[in-house]
Amino acid sequence: MLTPAVAPIEAKKKEWSPYTDNGGTTLAIAGPDYAIVAADTRLSNGYSISCRDVTKLAQLTQHCVIGTAGMQADRAVFHKLLRTRVDYFKYKYGKTITPTALAQMIANILYGHRFFPYYCFNVVGGLDAQGHGVVFSYDAVGSYQALPYATTGSGAQLLEPLLDSHIAQRNRTQKNPPMSKDEAIAFVKNAMASVSERDIHTGDFLEIAVITREGTQIITREADGVERIKLGFD
Amino acid sequence: MYRTAYDSDVTIFSPQGRLYQIEYAMEAVKQGAATAGLKSNTHVVLVAIKRNESQQKVLALDQQIGASTAGLTADARKLLDFMKSEIMNFRWAHESQIPVNWLAVEVSDKSQKRTQHAGSRPFGVGMLIAGVDSQGTHLYQTCPSGNYFDYYSCAIGARSQPVKTYLEKHYKEFPTCSREELIKHALQAIKASQPDEELDTTNCSVGVVGVDEQFTVFEGERLLPFDEATMNLERHQ
Repeated sequence: MLTPAVAPIEAKKKEWSPYTDNGGTTLAIAGPDYAIVAADTRLSNGYSISCRDVTKLAQLTQHCVIGTAGMQADRAVFHKLLRTRVDYFKYKYGKTITPTALAQMIANILYGHRFFPYYCFNVVGGLDAQGHGVVFSYDAVGSYQALPYATTGSGAQLLEPLLDSHIAQRNRTQKNPPMSKDEAIAFVKNAMASVSERDIHTGDFLEIAVITREGTQIITREADGVERIKLGFD
Repeated sequence: MYRTAYDSDVTIFSPQGRLYQIEYAMEAVKQGAATAGLKSNTHVVLVAIKRNESQQKVLALDQQIGASTAGLTADARKLLDFMKSEIMNFRWAHESQIPVNWLAVEVSDKSQKRTQHAGSRPFGVGMLIAGVDSQGTHLYQTCPSGNYFDYYSCAIGARSQPVKTYLEKHYKEFPTCSREELIKHALQAIKASQPDEELDTTNCSVGVVGVDEQFTVFEGERLLPFDEATMNLERHQ
């Protein structure tokens, strides 16, 4: 009897990828007169930790900070490129770029690499012209929107519902008034600590950028000024 | 022999070995409003006459580099933009500020290209580049010809000869001058280019950079503090 010929199943060779995910989580919150951008400092590769103390934040202007999750190599170059573009803007136009203009410029740069994207998942926090906090969240190719709060990275799906509940006061019977700046900072510490409990790629230390009318302060240490802000006990 | 036989294109030498188009370009610089620069061991000062109040003659290009121009403003704008992007590119590749003489060379190379291409014309701009780098304070003059010169002090533009005379008289004092004395010399020097008109807050511009000071442009009302130590800068009504 003739049997139909069946192509033998070949094992597909694992293709080289230009991308790798170094993990980590970022978070940004817009307040009435402040903005907060925070991120953990863990760099991971698969199930291993490569470095416990790498920054995911970059301060671009006096009133604007970007936080980026994704691939460290792309993040480093992308942040360097943004700093260069911000400086070029300053010397060309004689003034500092505003957060809203910078937000659009970031989107343009990301889309410019539409066919070989930066493996970067960004949040941007700043103050608008009226001094109110603004937060923008991006995908890898520059799609973005202004939001009251945003998260990106490996722990974003754990963090976002927590922010929905505590910042937007969603799905609650007992609603709280909006958080002050200091309450928001304390909340960020607790929220990121919670994410580190369950996401293996998030942890080690936390960096928080606080943007107010006076400028930006990047907090890396506890109140006593000696200890780094630790995420968890392990 | 008529000059006009050999001056129609920058690619034509005259029998005497001159390139008239370049010389004409340098005339354009001589027609521009005067600008002067002087340096000490710690500071470099640029000063420029402005023909109208909104003109930008002195520009910061980086934290510790600035320039002033004389000649065709549009050409100047292109060259200054080029310099800004060269500064940015160098910083991208080397994580540090471009040495000031490298910048002068880049501008000069770009200018020289225009002297060896049919259909192009040279930039009609002379520039004074002031900067501080790891080697200290620098002042360079660039020309449409593609030449550049390293100076302790210099002046270009209309009626710059009396300015040069002042500088020649005083240049030995400059290296050890204080910042205030240097600015005073700069304003007195540039004043020599317009003996019949007072300097006021609308017709001049000062740029200062130092080993410990970012390049800052002083214009308009910000010039008045120099009044006490220097000339009688009139507040323009």
